[in-house]
Amino acid sequence: MATEIQTPNRPTPSDGAPHGKSGRRYTRTGARPRPSGNFELYSWYFFRVSGILLLVFALGHLAIMHLINNVDVIDYKFIADRWASPLWRTFDLILLFLALSHGVNGARTLIYDYVQTRSWRTFALSALYVTGIFFLIIGAQVIFTFQPQVVK
Amino acid sequence: MYRGQSGMWMWVLHRLTGVGILAFLFLHIADTYLVGLGPQYYNELLFLYKNWPFRIVEWLLVGAVLYHALNGLRIITLDFWENAIEHHKVLFQTTIIAFFVLWLPAGYFMLKDVKWFTWN
Repeated sequence: MATEIQTPNRPTPSDGAPHGKSGRRYTRTGARPRPSGNFELYSWYFFRVSGILLLVFALGHLAIMHLINNVDVIDYKFIADRWASPLWRTFDLILLFLALSHGVNGARTLIYDYVQTRSWRTFALSALYVTGIFFLIIGAQVIFTFQPQVVK
Repeated sequence: MYRGQSGMWMWVLHRLTGVGILAFLFLHIADTYLVGLGPQYYNELLFLYKNWPFRIVEWLLVGAVLYHALNGLRIITLDFWENAIEHHKVLFQTTIIAFFVLWLPAGYFMLKDVKWFTWN
């Protein structure tokens, strides 16, 4: 009688894990091979598109805050002056969304790679999505609702 | 083929810097949230970013973002340019050189006015 070895708690490679049907999880240069499923293909593209946009928004943010200005001059008044312009609020909102979604998508990939037990994986993914949505809400809320107060 | 070569270490570093940047992003959204509560809350917290130990951490953070960005560009090049794999050594070297060319001068400008070993 043939016995089949079963490991019920361990997902198989086709069990929604973010890599292609090729079975090779990573190419030798360190990038994920282009996945074939629908969602994972979009995720794969999203990494690259958001990554390119973040070159402008994240590196731009760092250059503005640490090279053109620096931490010594940043305070409440600096932010209030900056957010007086809808342009900078929009810039910060785009940066918030891109950085969070790119980062959460990355963490999702790590969870699929390193959390092998199904229940722990579900827990880790739930915690990640709840945390991500929470920070998206509080970040967007302050950008939308900020009203400057008079600084003493 | 893959294990132990440059690609593996760059892949490991890409993940480590990614996790570090995401952790800082959560902190940074939380501190920015305080701006909405008023100057007394936000300005109180800024000691966290202005004192010298954190200035070094900020420079390391800029390094993490720069590495992640440049290595990301390398990955995208390998994904979308068919012949890139034949030039992967040059791509690797370019990434490393570009990283230091950007990171070291950034360190000079970020750290030149720091009041070392004082606290306020």
